[in-house]
Amino acid sequence: MLQFLQLVASGIAQGCIYGLLALGFVLIYKATEAVNFAQGDLMMLGGFVGLGTSVAMGMPFWIAFLATLIVMFLFGMLLERTVLRPLLGHPSFTVVMVTIGIGFLSRGMVTMIPVWGTETHVLPVPYRDQIVRLGGQGNEGGLVLPMEHLVIIAVTVALIIGLYLLFKHTKIGIAMKATSQNQLAAFYMGIPVRRINMLVWGLSAAVSACAGLLLAPITFVHANMGFVGLKAFPAAVIGGFGSIPGALVGGLIIGVVEMLAGFYLPEGFKDIAAYVVVLIMLAVKPTGLFGENLRKRV
Amino acid sequence: MRFQFKTHYHQDVRLFKHKGQIFWYAALAVLLLAMPWLMPEYYVSQLVFIWIYAIVSVGLMILVGFTGQVSIGHAAFLAMGAYTEGYLQQLGWPFALSLTFAALVSGITGIIVGLPALRVKGMYLAIATLAFGFIVEEGITRADSVTGGNSGMMLGSLEVFGLPIDSEQRMYYLCLIILVLCVVGVMNLLRSPTGRAFVAIRDSEVSAQSMGINLAYYKTTAFALSAAITGIAGALYAHKLRYLSPEQFTFLQSIELLIILVVGGVGSIYGAIFGAAFWIGVQQFIVIAKDWLPPAIGQQTGLQPTIFGIILIIFILFEPMGLYGRWLKIRTYFQLFPFYRKGMFRRQKSYMKSERMK
Repeated sequence: MLQFLQLVASGIAQGCIYGLLALGFVLIYKATEAVNFAQGDLMMLGGFVGLGTSVAMGMPFWIAFLATLIVMFLFGMLLERTVLRPLLGHPSFTVVMVTIGIGFLSRGMVTMIPVWGTETHVLPVPYRDQIVRLGGQGNEGGLVLPMEHLVIIAVTVALIIGLYLLFKHTKIGIAMKATSQNQLAAFYMGIPVRRINMLVWGLSAAVSACAGLLLAPITFVHANMGFVGLKAFPAAVIGGFGSIPGALVGGLIIGVVEMLAGFYLPEGFKDIAAYVVVLIMLAVKPTGLFGENLRKRV
Repeated sequence: MRFQFKTHYHQDVRLFKHKGQIFWYAALAVLLLAMPWLMPEYYVSQLVFIWIYAIVSVGLMILVGFTGQVSIGHAAFLAMGAYTEGYLQQLGWPFALSLTFAALVSGITGIIVGLPALRVKGMYLAIATLAFGFIVEEGITRADSVTGGNSGMMLGSLEVFGLPIDSEQRMYYLCLIILVLCVVGVMNLLRSPTGRAFVAIRDSEVSAQSMGINLAYYKTTAFALSAAITGIAGALYAHKLRYLSPEQFTFLQSIELLIILVVGGVGSIYGAIFGAAFWIGVQQFIVIAKDWLPPAIGQQTGLQPTIFGIILIIFILFEPMGLYGRWLKIRTYFQLFPFYRKGMFRRQKSYMKSERMK
């Protein structure tokens, strides 16, 4: 039983990462109806920027954390302005392909940075190797929770509350919601749709950079860490592509299922558990857990 | 300038639109047949790769370019074809039979993968195919009694109807013949009611359905055909490489296949072939360029993905119709000379047409 709880706990921590990445997809998908295949690579870039600010520039970790989020926010906006905006109004397949191109490009460029790019780095975090025990006596038994996992969960919760407040109470958040419901109507109501799209991309990049920084102490920072992003698709689909709480719940489901499959099922199932779950979900309830049933207007 | 005076509806669906085309295709055929004698063996070998990739692209084009269904797991069908061929060859089946069987196995898998397409579309379908691709990749790695797992599978030498395919030249002709058969087959398909139904589904599912097209049937057919052709290419790929391992059929391979389509031009058979030629060409170019670039850049492992990324982004931003679109523009320029206008192929800009209904 304890073992099971232990697995669920680390599954939840991993699931938060998937959830954050899925959140990034969902933000962009809701606003622009495009799926961003470079989400994982944005996360990887976030990891490297974090490395740059905390190691190379020597900032204290939490300041470096904020600096990374700001840098990646600006990067996301730049990306939208230069690459995505000319494609406004194009079929979503085109946009998907361009984000795949961005993914290739950022992976290649990072690898090309001399010395840094090809190696695996450790992001020095103040909470490294600390452990919290729940239950059990003294240093024996009980549920062992690495501090890294707890920080992931705490930051995710904080971020979700922040986003909730943003979408509920700020003008920008409400404008984003309006844009995601109907671009043209939002435009007629005087919302600067393009600028909102730019902000959404920035926000999405910042959220995935956050995921990258949180994941860094566990998997380290390297050029291919972005492939984790591919597991965030199943998370987003399970939650119902286009639902923000759904993305997080989907991420948690994927994280926990993956952990359990890795332990109880034969070798190999851990890597495909997420995909099996998503196929089952698509067969049973294609709209996902929180998705609305949308039909196309002729 | 050529005027086509149409007097019959059949002229719209002819394989050759006018006599000039017959001449140019004949010239192309002669050139392609002579190619193995004109080129050193290494380049013939690269041409073989182009033909194989062209077959895959034609297969994928049926699905993506003509039916409008996205697949991000097509490497899985390639793997299906390749491993079926390899396994059957070990059992001693003749090539013609094992090739057919490889296409069949791949096609039936295509039907299974197409099943979600009946309920979901767009991005959901893309993710379903993505999931399928990962599951097949993992399955190949684990089923090592059949596939050899991570240690790979070796293929014996190939013999077609008693003729040993032991040189690059013979492989070249084999692949070229199969490519031509696939292309002609697909072109015929596209001018048949089935092909028109595919295109109708691509342009608007709702309209197609209201014109009496059975979406379920035609989508499944598109998946099956696309997968079967990819399976054929997989079988040839297996014989070309003579060694199969799961790393050849990853997610990145599927993405590369899509890039070929985009670079060549989505929605045309020419595009599939142009794209394949361009893709292999660029890879060769990178290999050659590595020698004369300064080692600080040339020896970088990140060089290839960077170039791929740049090519893809540039094509989508500046030439969304791909190489075929560029060719079309150049041809129109000379055909209409001096009346070509800049805006003739311009895209319409508009706000995103929402697929949602609120």
